[in-house]
Amino acid sequence: MSQQNRLGTGGRIDRSRPLRFSFNGQTLEGFAGDTLASALLANGVDVVGRSFKYSRPRGIVAAGAEEPNAIVQLGATEAGQVPNVRATQQALYGGLVAASTNGWPNVDRDLLGVIGSVGGRMMPPGFYYKTFMAPASLWPKYEKYIRKAAGLGRTPKEKDPDIYDHINRHCDVLVIGAGPAGLAAALAAGRSGARVIVCDEQDEMGGSLLDARELVDGRPASAWVASVLAELATLPEVLVLPRTTANGYHDHNFVTLHERRTEHLADLAPSINGRRQVRARMHRVRAGEVILATGTHERPLVFANNDVPGSMVAGAVSTYIRRYAVVPGRRLVLSTANDHAYRAALDWADAGREVVAIVDAREHPEGDLVNEARARNIRIIPGSAVIEANGKKRVTGAQVARIDIGGFKVAGRVETLSCDTIASSGGYSPVVHLAAHTGARPEWRDDILGFVPGKVPGMTPVGGVHGKSAIAEALADGAAAGVAAAQRTGFKVEAPALPKVAKVREGKAAALYQVPHVKPAMRAPKQFVDPQNDVTAAGIELATREGFESIEHVKRYTGMGFGTDQGKLGNINGMAIAARCLKQTIPQTGTTVFRPNYTPITFGAIAGRHCREFFDPRRFTALHAWHVEHGAKFEEVGQWMRPWYFPRGNETMHEAVQRECRAVREGVGILDASTLGKIEIQGKDAREFLNRIYTNAWTKLDVGKCRYGLMCKDDGMVMDDGVTACIGDNHFHMTTTTGGAAAVLDWMELWHQTEWPELEVYFNSVTDHWAAMAINGPNARKLLAELTDDIDLARDNFKFMDMREGTVAGVPARVYRISFTGELSYEINVQANHALHVWKALFEKGEKYGLTPYGTETMHVLRAEKGFIIVGQETDGSMTPEDLGMQWCVGYKKPFSWIGRRALTRPDTKREDRKQLVGLKPLDPQLVLDEGAQIVLEKEIRIPMPMVGHVTSSYYSPNLGHSFALAVVKGGSQRIGQTVYLPMADGRVHAAEVVSPVFLDAEGARQNV
Amino acid sequence: MLHIYCPHCAETREEEEFRPKGEAHIARPVEPEATSDEDWGNYLFFRKNPRGLHHELWYHAAGCRKFFNVTRDTVSYQIHETYKVGQKPSVTADKGAAK
Amino acid sequence: MQHYSGFGLVKHALTYHENWQRAWRNPTPKKKYDIVIVGGGGHGLATAYYLAKEHGITNVAVVEKGWLGGGNTARNTTIVRSNYLWDEAAWLYEHAMKLWEGLSQDLNYNVMYSQRGVMNLGHTLQDMRDIHRRVNANRLNGIDGEVLDVKQIQEIVPIMDLSKNTRYPVMGASWQPRGGVARHDAVAWGFARGADALGVDMLQQTEVTGIRKNGNKVVGVETNRGFIAADTVGVVTAGNSGVLAKMAGFQLPIESHPLQALVSEPMKPILDTVVMSNKVHGYVSQSDKGDLVIGAGIDGYNGYGQRGSYATIEHTLQAIVEMFPIFSRVRMNRQWGGIVDTCPDACPIISATPVGGLFFNCGWGTGGFKATPGSGNVFAATLAAGKAHPLAAPFSIDRFISGKLIDEHGAAGVAH
Repeated sequence: MSQQNRLGTGGRIDRSRPLRFSFNGQTLEGFAGDTLASALLANGVDVVGRSFKYSRPRGIVAAGAEEPNAIVQLGATEAGQVPNVRATQQALYGGLVAASTNGWPNVDRDLLGVIGSVGGRMMPPGFYYKTFMAPASLWPKYEKYIRKAAGLGRTPKEKDPDIYDHINRHCDVLVIGAGPAGLAAALAAGRSGARVIVCDEQDEMGGSLLDARELVDGRPASAWVASVLAELATLPEVLVLPRTTANGYHDHNFVTLHERRTEHLADLAPSINGRRQVRARMHRVRAGEVILATGTHERPLVFANNDVPGSMVAGAVSTYIRRYAVVPGRRLVLSTANDHAYRAALDWADAGREVVAIVDAREHPEGDLVNEARARNIRIIPGSAVIEANGKKRVTGAQVARIDIGGFKVAGRVETLSCDTIASSGGYSPVVHLAAHTGARPEWRDDILGFVPGKVPGMTPVGGVHGKSAIAEALADGAAAGVAAAQRTGFKVEAPALPKVAKVREGKAAALYQVPHVKPAMRAPKQFVDPQNDVTAAGIELATREGFESIEHVKRYTGMGFGTDQGKLGNINGMAIAARCLKQTIPQTGTTVFRPNYTPITFGAIAGRHCREFFDPRRFTALHAWHVEHGAKFEEVGQWMRPWYFPRGNETMHEAVQRECRAVREGVGILDASTLGKIEIQGKDAREFLNRIYTNAWTKLDVGKCRYGLMCKDDGMVMDDGVTACIGDNHFHMTTTTGGAAAVLDWMELWHQTEWPELEVYFNSVTDHWAAMAINGPNARKLLAELTDDIDLARDNFKFMDMREGTVAGVPARVYRISFTGELSYEINVQANHALHVWKALFEKGEKYGLTPYGTETMHVLRAEKGFIIVGQETDGSMTPEDLGMQWCVGYKKPFSWIGRRALTRPDTKREDRKQLVGLKPLDPQLVLDEGAQIVLEKEIRIPMPMVGHVTSSYYSPNLGHSFALAVVKGGSQRIGQTVYLPMADGRVHAAEVVSPVFLDAEGARQNV
Repeated sequence: MLHIYCPHCAETREEEEFRPKGEAHIARPVEPEATSDEDWGNYLFFRKNPRGLHHELWYHAAGCRKFFNVTRDTVSYQIHETYKVGQKPSVTADKGAAK
Repeated sequence: MQHYSGFGLVKHALTYHENWQRAWRNPTPKKKYDIVIVGGGGHGLATAYYLAKEHGITNVAVVEKGWLGGGNTARNTTIVRSNYLWDEAAWLYEHAMKLWEGLSQDLNYNVMYSQRGVMNLGHTLQDMRDIHRRVNANRLNGIDGEVLDVKQIQEIVPIMDLSKNTRYPVMGASWQPRGGVARHDAVAWGFARGADALGVDMLQQTEVTGIRKNGNKVVGVETNRGFIAADTVGVVTAGNSGVLAKMAGFQLPIESHPLQALVSEPMKPILDTVVMSNKVHGYVSQSDKGDLVIGAGIDGYNGYGQRGSYATIEHTLQAIVEMFPIFSRVRMNRQWGGIVDTCPDACPIISATPVGGLFFNCGWGTGGFKATPGSGNVFAATLAAGKAHPLAAPFSIDRFISGKLIDEHGAAGVAH
C-alpha cells in the first residue's frame, strides 16, 4: 500500500519531502503539507476508528474542524502522548505515530462491533436511564463496564515536559479567518496603519481559496492569497497568525487565540539552540473591532448507513483532491441538494476517476456547475437522493431513489449504483459558534438555509458566515468591513481595488436534511446525525416521542452535539429532524447554545506557565536566606514563607519546639515577625478613623504608645487584629495579621472612600519596607542594650506598650515594647535592607544570652499559654469580641458606632449560650488533644450526639509541664471547672477540664519587668 | 472578560485589575443604635440584585486603589457608564439606557 | 407510568422502540391548583414529586418558563456529598444523601448515583485543622468521614501530584466514601416523570410574570399563559430568586453570580473519585462518558448572563494541571456558566416570606445539586404543612435579621 490514491501532479504538498509515519502499527508515507487525514486517505486507509456505542467502523468524513470520526491517539513516547487529535487538523510530520482510539483488538477486526450490531437495538437514546437499576447493589459493577466502553483517547502517564505561554495583545482590528473575506478585510484594514491581527486555524492561510476552481485576476486563487500574504508581511502593524484558532469570544471583544507553535512539528516540542520551544501559545486579545470571517461548514445528508467509510461531505472530497492531490476512492456518487457541491464531481472527474452519478434532490437543477457536469456527460439523476449506503468497512454501493421532500417519503423504485465513495451535501451552515459565545443567539435565514450570527457590539460578520460565500461577494464584503472597522478605530483608509473573479451562477438549493427511506426511520438502517456520539435520526425521533421536545432536551437525551466536534457536522441536521418530528419550523425549534472552545485545546495551553512556582507568588522576608542557612523548616502563611521551627541536629519537630519554648521563657529568643501586615495611616483624622474601624478607643493614645486593636465586620464578627502605634498625632503605624494585610488595607479604603470621605486620612502598605525582629525573654533588655545607645531602655522610661525611635546596631529603628509571648519583649523594626545586618548583630551579641531563633510553632505555643488568639484559628467568621472574652477591647462608650458595634445587640449575638473561648486541660497531662476535635458533654458516645464546641489550638507546654488547649465551647465561660469529652475517630474518648484560656502569668508580671 | 473604564485613571483597563464589591449606593445607617434589627439586617445583607441595569461598586485594586461605581447590565454585561463615588448614575432603569 | 427495566428494553427493541410512551404529559394549565411551584428545575420537580408521594397533594402545577431541568440542574458538576460543618447544614445534606441512596429505585429512573467517594484536599496547617474539625463533627452527626494522610490519598488517586514540588503540597484530605456524582439531567427527568405519574402538571414554556396577592396573601401567579390560582405558592427558581422576590414585593439576602464549569474531551477511565481543593481552587471528577468534569470559581460580579470571565477558567485549569500534571495534554472541550444565587453565609433559604402562602426555596449558591432530593423533600413538607419542616427551620430568612447565620464558606466547595 503506497499512496495509491495520490495523484501524480497537483496539490499543495511538497513532493520533495516525503515523510514516514505510523498508523495503528503500520508504516506509511505522505508528504510535507499533508494532514494526517490526507496522508491516510492517500494510502487508502478506510477505517480510522470505531464508534463508541455501536462500535461501527468509521472513516474520514471531512477535512477540517468538523471531522467527527478521525480522532486518534498521537505520540511516539509516553510523555508525548496526545489524546483525541483530529487527524484532519494535524499536520503530518516525519516520525508521527498515531493510533485509533477505539476498537478491540483493533479497528479492523473489532469484536465489540459484533456486540454493537446485535446489542445496538437495545441501546436507544437514554437506555441507561431505563435499566441497570436492579439490584441496586450491582450498579457500581455496571458502571465500571459503561466507563470502560466510553471515552476516546487516554491520558499520558507521564508529566508533560512541554511549556506553553500566554501573551496579552491589544489590536484595533482582529480578523478571524483568512479565507477570501478575511484576507480582504485584513488587507483593507492593514493598509490604514491600524494594528491588525489576522488568524486562521489551518496550517496554510487562504481558506476556501486554496481549493477554489475559480481564477482570481486570471490566476489561480492561491496566487492571489500569496500576494496578499506577502503584502501583509510588509505592514509593520499587522500580525499574521496561521495555525491559530480563535477559541473563545468573550465579553467586550476579548478573544482567545490558540496558536499551535510546534504541534505540527512533533509530539514533543523541539529544541532550537538548546532551548525547548513553546508547544502552544495563547494570545489573549482585546480587540477594538472583530471581523468574523469564519465561513461555513458543509452539512452531510442524513441517509441510512451514511457512516460507512467512503461516505464524505462533498467539499472535503474537493479539498482532498485539489489541495492534497488525493482522490479518496475510485467511483463516486454525489448526493446533493445544491449546485456548489457539484465541484466535488467535477474535481473527481478532473482527477481522471469515474463519477458514477450526481444524484440531485431538486427536480430541475440549473446553474453553471450543473451545465458543466452535463457538458462532461456526467449522469445527473434529478429529484432523487442516496437513501442508503451499502458496505461495511467501505462503501460498495449507493441505493438511489426518487424522493418527495415535502411528503418525506421515497417516491420511486430504488436503484443501486456501484461505487466506493458517496459524497453528500445538504447545504452550508455558517460557522456562528464564536458569535454565540458572547450570548448572541444565532438567527435563522430561510434564503441561505442556515443560522447567521446574532448581533455582537463591535463585531462584523463577513463572507460565508452571513451568507456571502461566492468569492467575488466575499472579497467585496470583507474589504468593506475592513475599511469600516479601521475607520471606527480612528484610521483613514480607502477601499482597495478588488481582484476580478468570474461569477459562478448557482441555482437555488433545496432544504434537505434527513433523506427519507423506504422504511420508517425507526425501522430503517441507522441514519447517523452525529456519528461521534452515535446519534441517529431515529434516536431524535424517539426522544421527541418520549416528550423531550425542547432542542436542549433532545440534545441532552440523545447526546447530540456533545462530541469533540461539538456538533459542527450534525447539529443543524439534528435540529431539522427534531423540527420535523415536532411539526415545527427550524427557527421555532431553535438552536442549542454554542460555548467555548470552538475546537478543544489542551489544559496545558490554557494554564500557560502559571503552574508550580508561578501558580501563586511566594513571599520571602529579608532574612529568608539566613533562615534557610540555619536549617529552618517553613510554614506558608498567606503566601509568606515563615520559619516554622529551627531543628538542630536530629531533633524532631516536637523536640525543637520544646527547646525553643524554653529558651524564650528562660533566656531570650528571636522571631522574624516581618510578615505581619503593616499599614501607615496618616492625616488629621487618622485617630478618628481608628476609632471607627477598631472596636476599642483610640482617642487617648499618646504619641509613642501602642495599643492592641480588634477589627470586626459590620456583622460583629472578628476579622483581624494587631497592634497599632501612635508615631505622631496625625500618624499611626498599624499591624495586621500576616494573611489579612491586603484585605485590611482594602477594607479601610472602602470605608474611607465610600462612607467617610470627609475624613482626611491616607493609607499606605509598608509591609515590605519594614523588617520586624521580635526578641522575647528575660534577657531581651540586656541584649538590646548592647546594640543601642540612644534608646533609654530603663523599665520605667520605656514601658510595656511604648514605642521608641532610635538606632539599633547603627541603623535607624523603631522599637516597640509589645509582646505576643507574655515575656519581656522588644520588636525591632528597621528598613528591610538593614534587616540582615541587625539580625546578625543581635546574634553576635546574643550568643552569651543563649539567643535562640524560633518559628511560628513556638510562637503559637507561647501565645496560647497566655490565651492570646490567632484570628483564623480561634475565630472562623462566627466569633464576636465578646465570644472571645475580649470585652476589655470593646469601646462600648465610644460616641461613634464603630464597625461591628450595632451587630452585638442583635438577638443572636446576645445569646448567652454562644460559643466562647476557653482553655482545656486534658486530664492526662501528657495528652495533646487533636486540633479540630469536637467537644461533647457526655462520656458515653451515642451517634448522633450534640456537640458543644471544638479544639482550636492544642500543644504540650514545657513551661507548664503539661498539655493544654484553647477551645470554643457553648456557654464556655459558665463551664469553668467542668469536665468535657472529646471523642476520637479511633474510638478513644479523651477528657479535659474547662479552664481559663490564660494558662501562664495571668497578672502579666513577666512582661512588666 | 470585562473592559472597564476607571474614572480616576481615565483609562479603560482589563477586568483583572479590578475587584467587584457588590451593589453601590448602600449607605450605612447614620444612627446604627437607633436602627431596628430588621433595618440593620436589611442594610447588611438584603440586595436589589436586579436582572438588568445594576449600579455596582468596583475597586481598582491593582491600579489606583480607588473605588468607583459602574452601571452595568447584568444580562448583557454591557457597561453603560462608570462614575465616581458620591456621584449619581445618569443611566438608570427608570430613565433607560440613554447611551 | 410505563415501568422501566432491562427486560422492558429487550421487549421494546423487538418492536423497534415504537411503543415507548411520553415520560411526562404536556398539559393545558388548569385555572386553579392547590399548590403552584414556580421553577421546574431539580428542586422544584422534587418538591412536586414529594408533595404528591408523601403528602397526597396531587393538584399541583410546576410552572417552568423554559424546559424542565434547564437551569442550574443542567449546568452543575454533579457532585453529591453531605460532609458539611455545621449541624443544621449537615443534617439537611445528609437527609438528601439518604434519599439519593435509593433514588433510582424510588423513581424507577436510573439517576446513576455513583458513590465513588469525595475527597477534599488540605494544603495548609489551617486547612488540616478545619478538615479535622469537620470530619469529627460529621462522624458525631452520623455522617461517614475520614481524615486521610498523603499515603492514603496516593492509594485512592495515584495520578495526583502528591510531591513537595507543587506550589501548595497536599498535606491530607477529608474523605466521604458515600459521596459521589449523579447524572444531573436524569435527576430532573426522573422526578418529572414520577410527579407526572402521580398527577402533577408540568407546565413548560410558562413564564411567571407576576405574583398576585390579596392583601398580604398570595392568591396565584400571572403567567404568559394566563392567571393560575393557588393559595400556596412555592418559588424554587435558582438564578432568578431575586427577580421573583421583586415581583412579590420584597428583597432577598441574595446576589446572583456566574459560576462556570468545563469538561474535557472524553478519556478512558483515569480518575475514579471526586477530588476537590479549596486552596488551589479546582475540583474534578470523571463522568461515565469519560469527560473530566471540572468546576471553576465563582465570578465576583453579579451576572445573569450564564457566562463568566475567562480568567476564572484559566485559573481553574492551572489548579487542575498543578494537581494532575498528566492532564496537561488533555483537551478542554467546552465551558459554560450557571447563575448561582448566593447567600452571605453560603447556606440556602427555605422559608416563609413576608407574603402569606408564599414560600421560597433558594440561595443554594454553588451547592444546590447535591441537595436536590432533600431540598424537595423538606420543602414539600413545608408547603404541605404551611410551616417549616424541622430540618428547614434553621434556614429561615429571619436568620439574616437575628444574626443566626450558618457560615458554611469553608465547606461550600467554592469559597467566595
